[in-house]
Amino acid sequence: MIYDIKLRIAYDYANAAVGGRHVICLRPLDLARVQRVISVRLSVDPAPEEWQERLDFFENHVAEFSFGGPHDHVAVGLDARIERMPQMPSQAVSVAMKDLAPLLARLRDLGPQSPLHFTCASTRVPMDADMTAFAAALVKPGMTVAAVVRAVGKALHRHMKFDGKATTVDTPAAEAFIKRRGVCQDFSHIMIACLRGVGIPSGYVSGFLRTLPPPGKPRLEGADAMHAWVRAWAGPDLGWMEFDPTNDMESGTDHVAVAFGRDYSDVVPIKGTMRMSGRQKHHQAVDMIPLIPPPEESV
Amino acid sequence: MPSRAKSKQADTKLFAQYRPLPGVPDELVDAHGAMRPAWDRLIKHMSALTPAEVATAFARGERHLADSGVFFRKYGDKTGAARDWPFSPIPVILPDTEWPTIEEGLIQRAELMEQVVADLYGANRLVADGHLPASLIAPNPEWLRPMVDVTPQSGHFLHFLAFEIGRGPDGRWWVLSDRTDAPSGAGFALENRVAASRVFPDLYRDANVHRLAGFFRSFRDALEKLRIEPSSRLGILTPGPLTDTYYEQAYIARYLGLTLLEGGDLTVQDGRLQVRTVRGLAPVDVLWRRMDGIWADPLELREDSQLGTPGLMSMVRQGRVTMVNALGVGVLETQALMAFLPKICRVLTGKPLLMPNVATWWCGQNAELAHVRANARRMMIGPALATRLPFESGAVHAIGGEMRGGADDADLHSWLTDNAGDLVGKELVTLSTTPVYENGILVPRPMTLRVFLARTVNGWQVMPGGFARVGSSQDTTAISMRNGGSVADVWIVSDKPVEPITMLTAPSAPFVRAQPGPLPSRAADNLFWLGRYVERTEGLVRLVRAYNSRLVEAASEPLLDVMRQRLKTYQVDAKEAFPKGVCDTLASAVYSANQIRDRFSVDGWAALKDMEKSMNRIALQAEPGSDAALVMSVMLRKIAGFSGLVHENMYRAAGWQFLTIGRSMERAAMMTDLLAAVADPKAPDGGLDLAIEVGDSIMIHRQRYAVVTSRENVVDLLALDPSNPRSIRFHLGILGKWVEVLYGTRPVGQTRNFERKVRALQDAFEAHTVYTLDTAALMKAHWQILDLSTVLNDTFIL
Repeated sequence: MIYDIKLRIAYDYANAAVGGRHVICLRPLDLARVQRVISVRLSVDPAPEEWQERLDFFENHVAEFSFGGPHDHVAVGLDARIERMPQMPSQAVSVAMKDLAPLLARLRDLGPQSPLHFTCASTRVPMDADMTAFAAALVKPGMTVAAVVRAVGKALHRHMKFDGKATTVDTPAAEAFIKRRGVCQDFSHIMIACLRGVGIPSGYVSGFLRTLPPPGKPRLEGADAMHAWVRAWAGPDLGWMEFDPTNDMESGTDHVAVAFGRDYSDVVPIKGTMRMSGRQKHHQAVDMIPLIPPPEESV
Repeated sequence: MPSRAKSKQADTKLFAQYRPLPGVPDELVDAHGAMRPAWDRLIKHMSALTPAEVATAFARGERHLADSGVFFRKYGDKTGAARDWPFSPIPVILPDTEWPTIEEGLIQRAELMEQVVADLYGANRLVADGHLPASLIAPNPEWLRPMVDVTPQSGHFLHFLAFEIGRGPDGRWWVLSDRTDAPSGAGFALENRVAASRVFPDLYRDANVHRLAGFFRSFRDALEKLRIEPSSRLGILTPGPLTDTYYEQAYIARYLGLTLLEGGDLTVQDGRLQVRTVRGLAPVDVLWRRMDGIWADPLELREDSQLGTPGLMSMVRQGRVTMVNALGVGVLETQALMAFLPKICRVLTGKPLLMPNVATWWCGQNAELAHVRANARRMMIGPALATRLPFESGAVHAIGGEMRGGADDADLHSWLTDNAGDLVGKELVTLSTTPVYENGILVPRPMTLRVFLARTVNGWQVMPGGFARVGSSQDTTAISMRNGGSVADVWIVSDKPVEPITMLTAPSAPFVRAQPGPLPSRAADNLFWLGRYVERTEGLVRLVRAYNSRLVEAASEPLLDVMRQRLKTYQVDAKEAFPKGVCDTLASAVYSANQIRDRFSVDGWAALKDMEKSMNRIALQAEPGSDAALVMSVMLRKIAGFSGLVHENMYRAAGWQFLTIGRSMERAAMMTDLLAAVADPKAPDGGLDLAIEVGDSIMIHRQRYAVVTSRENVVDLLALDPSNPRSIRFHLGILGKWVEVLYGTRPVGQTRNFERKVRALQDAFEAHTVYTLDTAALMKAHWQILDLSTVLNDTFIL
């Protein structure tokens, strides 16, 4: 499946800002056998004075840019063509829950994909007794890690109601969990806290979701902005698996990943600092449209 | 004990009365009960003094510390509960024959630390080879992921370190804690030294004490050598005045001639780290970092940091700035690291640690957990990843098997089981004792040394003494230090004369007058407001005095009302004998001064604090009327004292200009307002006399105009006379003069708004006569003067 992704993020300031410096994390990942970047273009308006691209610790593509002079708006655009490959049913197996902890204790890897970065509290995902208890109740003897991940994701999808007005970008996960409402960011943070609570390394995926569903399928929640879902580590064989708790599904050809992190703080699409006074207005628009119609399903 | 009996002579009576604790090593007394020779001079010197002479000597040290302000509590700290470390005048004395052992042990540790941290941000062999558990690094908040794969521009992560060490029961020294991230205390060491040398001036001169200045000179030279470009500056990066050790940072900045910079003073532009100054941007490429690493850049590190500089991490990555020390080295302070260092040392260097560290066990391993469980009574157990001891951070912990830190009734064993991987056990060590002076005798108290190391061109150099912490009770367990105590100087003494060194030693190169660097904008802003607030305080005090003396004379109600109205615009309630609004104004002045302690003379600061103290004291006692008028006169003299100090002593650079501009602007603004109210044709009787009095111009008015006040001669004297230092025109003249100087240092082609507006006001006052300068013209000028503040800000500060 090939998608054309178009993202526009704009900030308008009531009074001109000076000394703006921003970091964006928007360029989709190249992932062998999962997704391929065919073309990508990032644009910034007004034209920045400095521009620097690099990979962050988790190997996400970030760009840092700055404006010297006063500016009353910042607009960032992404235009990308991405191929998302369908996943063959995997022969890889998940480890059993009971084997996970000793396995992790033996790991000596601090590389970007090491599950060890994803085992404990992070900036926006503190450990929470209620969420741990929620997940622990779903763990039955003999279960594999993958089975627990799916069970927790499914249970959360039932427990929580998607509500774009109940939370903001800075609402703590614990509060959204108590309200049982939130958006993809809240769903993901809560699921991460649940999984880490029962010892499963788990992280945050930011990305895009196909805007309009294939004919006859329901429209997915979260498609009108950047999306977020969860990945969890199920042992060395299966490795990282992804689950979208907002839509109660494993990520598939409708998902395009932009960045992996411990939580939202690691993958904020655009963050910045500037000196300004007065209010700002924020606007975001996303489109992820299939370029080629999906081939007819064949036998 | 014959040796003990023999020394019971009058010239060592303090020693004879000293009772070391049984079984505890003591710095003054050796294992056989004899006095250690290094102490001989001090004990003899002190034994010869009467208690009154001792008190006088100690008072000299106290006086110095109070004057220098280093030990003042932070401004606005109302809790007062924060631990305070008063100065103990008796130094800890060590012979320089013992010092090389300490130096050798700590230099080895410093080099080991450099290897460990370079590995943790580089190849990660220690973790891969199993010498360090990955689970102590991956979740560690001090392991800064943006620093991974970054090689510091200087080639080194570590440049300045401190280690806390103590002497164990066997007489050997132990490392108690590692201060790697942003160690504080070097300035306290300097202050201790000055204070101790004031307490014992003759003794200090002759006692062959190794000097500290050589260490600081080497460190300063090392910083110079770290410069990437010769024209850039060196700075100290401070979290700002709210941090406990801000005064120490300001002090050491002054001492070493470094610019004290907050994160907000810095900006990344044109691919460089730059300081915002009143002359525009000035590059800086060496920062002695006194801010914990995680706060340094809100874009890549703690996103909620208000202290950092956006883009700083980027500059580090590109090798455009050298941090002393590099960001991320706080990971070396991790409590659990000490459990692995002995082995790591053997692996990396082939040698054992020359100076051991406190025995430590990480509970994430079964055998170690079992050991900690079995020996909990002899341990302190706390968070493995913490960089401070648990009683300092308030975390749940156990001491001697007892739960502490808010979990006192928890079960130790299930706590250990549930949190094993997060916990570390440390042996409860005991310390040696050193004498402190109490009620006329010396008594033993536990002691730790803080030893500072700097990387110089000749390798690591160790500061010879300077800083000890001395406990407050006879409890010699190291953790007793949590109950506070005092700080003392540490003398490393030789039996031969030592070479005196000072920072002021004449250089061999021909003399060149150093020019002060450009003034950081934030400092300029604070100086400007300091000038305004001090002037406003004076103006308000004069008005309050005039009000109270007229209260006594039963002046007309309309006149009193005019005065009440004037005061009210400054949130001053005239009904209070010593209005809170006046105290608040002065407090604002102190606040501004406090932000720029490094640019302030010790005397200037002391005068300002003295003024604040007197004001707060008097404010409680004053009665309305003549009493209030009287105390206001006292205050005026204090303010005059401060202004005089500033005027006489402040270097005439950009800082002075902003202070003066603030002062003149405020004085002119207050005078326009006052004149508009009292020189109006409809103003109540007595208003003109009031203006003359508040304008401090009674004498000159009498000389010139006899006794009759008329609107014309008052307006002339207080508004238009260019020679009266109280007149509006006089102060516009001052503004005009400095404007030229300030613009002279700016890049050409900038809009000269501020200058234009000052000139317009000057021209207007030159053209005015006593007849044209009516109430409307005065009010117009008033608002124009106040507006200058905004324009100044836009031009030079932002």
